[in-house]
Amino acid sequence: MIQFTLNGKLVQTNDEPDTPLLWVIRDSFKLTGSKFGCGMAQCGACTMHVDGRAQRSCVLPVAAVAGKSITTIEGLGTPDNLHPLQQAWVDQGVPQCGYCQSGQIMSAASLLSDNPNPSEAQVESAMAGNICRCGCYPRIKKAILTVAEQSQPGAVQVAIPVSSSDAEGVQS
Amino acid sequence: MSGIQLTRRGFLKATGIVGGGLLIGYVVTSGTQTPAVMPGAGAIAPNAFIQLTADNRVIFYSPRDEMGQGIYMGLATLIAEELDIPLKDIQVEFASVHEDYKHPEYGVQGTGGSSSMRVHYLPLRQAAADTRALLLAAAAIDLGVSRDSLTTEDGYILSNGAGLPYSDFIGTAQTLELPTETALKPKADFKYIGSDIARNDALAKSTGTATYGVDVDLPDLYYAIVSRSPVAGGRVKSVNDSVARSMAGVTDIVQIDSGVAVVAESFWKAKKAAATLDISWDLPELAKFSSAQIKADYQDALNSGAGDTEISGSIEDGMLSATHQIGREFWTPYLAHTPMEPVNAVVRITGDQAELWAGTQSPGVARGLVARHADVQVDKVTVNSLFSGGGFGRRAQLSHVAEATQVAVATNKTIKLVWTRENDVQNGWFRQASVMQINAGIDERGLVTAWDAARAGGDLAPHTMASILPGALPSVPKGINDLLVDATESIFDGWVIDGGGVEGLVDDYDFPNKQLRHASVNHGLPLAAWRSVGHSFTAFAKETVMDELAEQAGLDAFEFRRRNLQGNPRLLGALQAVQKGLENWDIPEGHHIGVSAHGSFHSYVAQAAEVSVENNQIRVHRVLCAIDCGQVVNPDIVRGQMEGSIMYGLTAALYGDIEIENGAVKESNFHDYKMLRISEAPKVEVLIVESEEAPSGVGEPGLPPVAPAVANAVYRATGVRLRSMPLVLV
Repeated sequence: MIQFTLNGKLVQTNDEPDTPLLWVIRDSFKLTGSKFGCGMAQCGACTMHVDGRAQRSCVLPVAAVAGKSITTIEGLGTPDNLHPLQQAWVDQGVPQCGYCQSGQIMSAASLLSDNPNPSEAQVESAMAGNICRCGCYPRIKKAILTVAEQSQPGAVQVAIPVSSSDAEGVQS
Repeated sequence: MSGIQLTRRGFLKATGIVGGGLLIGYVVTSGTQTPAVMPGAGAIAPNAFIQLTADNRVIFYSPRDEMGQGIYMGLATLIAEELDIPLKDIQVEFASVHEDYKHPEYGVQGTGGSSSMRVHYLPLRQAAADTRALLLAAAAIDLGVSRDSLTTEDGYILSNGAGLPYSDFIGTAQTLELPTETALKPKADFKYIGSDIARNDALAKSTGTATYGVDVDLPDLYYAIVSRSPVAGGRVKSVNDSVARSMAGVTDIVQIDSGVAVVAESFWKAKKAAATLDISWDLPELAKFSSAQIKADYQDALNSGAGDTEISGSIEDGMLSATHQIGREFWTPYLAHTPMEPVNAVVRITGDQAELWAGTQSPGVARGLVARHADVQVDKVTVNSLFSGGGFGRRAQLSHVAEATQVAVATNKTIKLVWTRENDVQNGWFRQASVMQINAGIDERGLVTAWDAARAGGDLAPHTMASILPGALPSVPKGINDLLVDATESIFDGWVIDGGGVEGLVDDYDFPNKQLRHASVNHGLPLAAWRSVGHSFTAFAKETVMDELAEQAGLDAFEFRRRNLQGNPRLLGALQAVQKGLENWDIPEGHHIGVSAHGSFHSYVAQAAEVSVENNQIRVHRVLCAIDCGQVVNPDIVRGQMEGSIMYGLTAALYGDIEIENGAVKESNFHDYKMLRISEAPKVEVLIVESEEAPSGVGEPGLPPVAPAVANAVYRATGVRLRSMPLVLV
């Protein structure tokens, strides 16, 4: 049995230890916001936070996250309580098909928690692991830079927690 | 009039195969007279598209599928406008499969060809306007006032300054006949059409709460992964599944038409077990071919004069009056669609009923496929359409629906069948590869006097028929269906000019003497419409030759095109918008501009690409794009579709190459089938040309011009003309 924290709650699974975290989250815990895109860490659709850092969950065996804290898109914010990045995604009309956007937003949240004021080049570099076939890249970039700008001193303050569960503190 | 006679191509265009390349124009008998929508208690559904509920909400049943293109929002906007109800109060649901939701031109219920807004703009507004008129008539009766004393605002009937919700009048409305031909709003009164309004699906898609086919969960659900022949069309000769059978969680291993399916308690267990299968295959003829041979076969066909020809004017006369002539050859490879969500389907069969959950571009055909393979009546099949994680033409192909049904039948289980990314890149349908040749002449005025174009490659039509017929005619027995499919293959193969292979190659400009030849050369790889279909490669050839001719004429790229666009004012308008827009651009030293213009799907697009080349690496910095797509319903969605089409087109222009080796696809996943990433994405500026024309295509027309714009800029940067895609400098 493997235990870890999922969106702030301690959970356990009997899935085989080599099962990628993505499938444990989707099929066993029924959180389907994180997507399957390639199965080899090439596209980023499966991106989640492991102890606050963006990771590709499609190649991460669940055994490797024992005792760690996992945040998925469902833990980052909800339709009633949006993370600033999610708000920016809606405001800028970022999503088209939308399938990659959970992963995009999780990568962006990790970036901003490491570097609240990234340059355009730093955004491009941090987000280069996330493919969007609809080509929403110009809007993704703009949404991230807008949130970064709003969080700077002197701007209207917007808190950028890496995730709501991390903000509440890790329980394990 | 172009002067081109109505040919077999013209006939096909009329039946709707060409252009969108997806679907066919005959009526499929459903045999059901049940209304499309059964309204809930106290609700009214005056037509198939609108239900007004007892608590004054509107449910809009979208007849078209949402795969990112924004039609979910666009069509809801039409309802909001004419029904006079705020967009936020409209709940959009994907329609069930029903006669009333058939595509008005294609004759089956499907989405493609950048046609949805064009074909629904007036009918859906009419449906909403008639519904509003019905509610006004009911209110006049209930309130005992004249109809003319009433008006509406945001879902309320206004009478003497008081607002009463539409739903107050449902009871009386149910007793009245639905008005018809209600006058539509004049443009000056539009509240929503033409405005930037945030997409109604953005919230769900930004919070992980939008449901795609792959997210569907049901009780006692089992997961299936299929191992398919490495060469399309191969058949299982023998299979050793002893390892897979012994693996934990594996419940069934069954042979289906396309290969061997492993069924397990979870996706991961199925995937691991499928990897252990040892299958030997009977391989088809395609196994003898590789990309180099396929290309050589196309060249041989063109060089030997093979194919069918359409002529307007005289190429000979045109060449005689030319002061400069050029002849050029182009190669464009096979491509995969690679939508972010690999195709998948959930099928449950219970007694004489079956149910499907999937995001597709063709729910009507999907229903027929389930009926055929589950052996149930078509009206006993329920189709639950969901958001599609990208379509691009790929989701008009539905073999995964047939597969899931076959596995559900064979195992007596509820099945979720998911294609892996490797399946998607290697075992699916592909954009046609092509060799194109253009011979052209210009005179001393810089006018094109002769345009002689030819294309060799595979045909879409037989593949389209083969994939649609089994689902469109579900009750036709398999043997007869196979005969029909074979017949269409022999009918189409060789004698038809396949519109999906040549559209756009001789169009747009004032070519007084033009000739179009098409040589069908089919090697057996399954082919499908790929975002913008034939335009995705013909624009590259046409606009590169136009650029070369401009240079021969000693004219700049805009002026030369302008002289030859006198009969095409809308494309000229888009081109001039780009020319004017460029005046505001500061072009850095070492950056170069390439230009192109191309019409497709009834829209007109011109682009300029700003490119630099360093160490033979092509970098696209900015793209300026002007589109005339008639009346715009949501400018922000138009801009988004232009941005997206440019990115999709750049992936193809810079990287896209599906290579065939002994009949099998060499590439397998995103590490070797490269996609454009954010770090390579240009800035995009979109200009929308004001237009009083009817709405036209938006999802695809932004794609064709980008490759030639980049190639033309590369020429300016390096002096090298690139006539093969992907664009690579060596």
